[in-house]
Amino acid sequence: MKKGRQTYILDKKIYISHTATIAGVDEGKGRLRDFFDYVIDESEFGCKSHEKAEIKLRKHAIESLLKSASVSAADVDVILGGDLLNQLVPSGFSAREFDIPFCGLYSACATFGQALATGAILLSGGAERVICCTSSHFATAERQYRYPLELGTQPPPTAQWTVTGAGCAMLTTSKPKFKCPKITGFTLGKVIDMGLDDPNNMGAAMAPAAYDTISAHLRERGVGADYYDLIVTGDLGKLGRELLCTMLEQECGAVKDRVNDCGCMIFKDRQKCGLGGSGAGCSSLVFCSYLYKTMMEGGLKRILFVPTGAMLSKDSSLQGESIPAIAHAVAIEI
Amino acid sequence: MDKKEYGELVKQTSPKTKEGKTILCAFAIGGLICMIGQAFSDVLALLLPDFDAKKIGALTGVVMIFLGSLLTGLGVYDKIGYYAGAGSVLPITGFANSIVSPAIEYNKEGIVFGLMAKMFSIAGPVIVSGVCASVVIGIVYYVIGLFV
Repeated sequence: MKKGRQTYILDKKIYISHTATIAGVDEGKGRLRDFFDYVIDESEFGCKSHEKAEIKLRKHAIESLLKSASVSAADVDVILGGDLLNQLVPSGFSAREFDIPFCGLYSACATFGQALATGAILLSGGAERVICCTSSHFATAERQYRYPLELGTQPPPTAQWTVTGAGCAMLTTSKPKFKCPKITGFTLGKVIDMGLDDPNNMGAAMAPAAYDTISAHLRERGVGADYYDLIVTGDLGKLGRELLCTMLEQECGAVKDRVNDCGCMIFKDRQKCGLGGSGAGCSSLVFCSYLYKTMMEGGLKRILFVPTGAMLSKDSSLQGESIPAIAHAVAIEI
Repeated sequence: MDKKEYGELVKQTSPKTKEGKTILCAFAIGGLICMIGQAFSDVLALLLPDFDAKKIGALTGVVMIFLGSLLTGLGVYDKIGYYAGAGSVLPITGFANSIVSPAIEYNKEGIVFGLMAKMFSIAGPVIVSGVCASVVIGIVYYVIGLFV
């Protein structure tokens, strides 16, 4: 049921029955290491290139999801997935390993939100089981968006660190035997561009998009920020989170203890990962591990999960374009 | 909040580069690299008394380029660069790093279209501006020579 301009409240119950994660080396040394299903021990994951490693990460994640859900490929209606690389190479190439229809999605680092929302729509329209999977890899993102890995550059103080890893979730309409989180609604975000043009400060570029989507969601759903135990954005980092809180507090009062960010949660401060994690795998990895498991254990009842993405490319920045950003909000309750 | 107000807010909130620390680091590590170069130059002059200063300079350059390339290949130079910034970019070892790092990175796409095609992707602008500057300075030098 559509509510307002951007928000959809689901009539059907959409269960997130299982999740699977695979994390990179640095992520495995971070704050959430005990929540990951598998941590790789070297960044190439036994492959000849980092791109091939990212493909293998996704394949591994989807395989272990099918295994833990005890579901065969034939019972899955579609894989919805995306990543950051040109032509969605990791997503498409990993999907060739499965006898399951595939749809590639792109909202930069907000792709996991787009996948959950699209999955919920498909399930409302008759699909039974959908896999949502996003990934990113530090080395592949560095090569595409920045410089060769071995180039001796100094990161600016606003830089973030692309997360290596993949997270995937199984959405289904058939009620599992155990209690599990449900998607109750979502808000599709608009592309917001506040004219910032520093590709080394993505948190600041994305915060207005997160604010726009969150405020639209709360307004259209008719609830206050306190309806949710946690409003968790994708990869705003410390600076983006602070800017988001400043904007939200003008509208709904003190929210700082209720707002967190996957990018701020994943690494330890001493890991020298700039202002926090980023990448399409950041939100999916944190949601499918820590957030999902905490919800299953009853630590969180209602969350508003808001993956955020910056829709820039290296060329767009060189051509003097500012950075358009997007955020999709998904309401998840248990 | 409009674009201008938001831009101001971002400017105020963003963490700033700790200039004191980064400049000091760049100076110390950049200076150390140059000291190592000087040491090689002195040792070479001692070992090869027949070589004039020009030849010793060229040999020292070769040694430093080799060291920069080796440290890049061993995955050490980028870690030095993390702390040193311009201190490790400016010496000739940094120039070697800027050529070897894309060569390693793009080697996966093959020798011709990967390594060879991309190895000057970062050093290229430096070479182009160097050549252009030398042409301009050459013309200026020639014109001044006509009157002096």
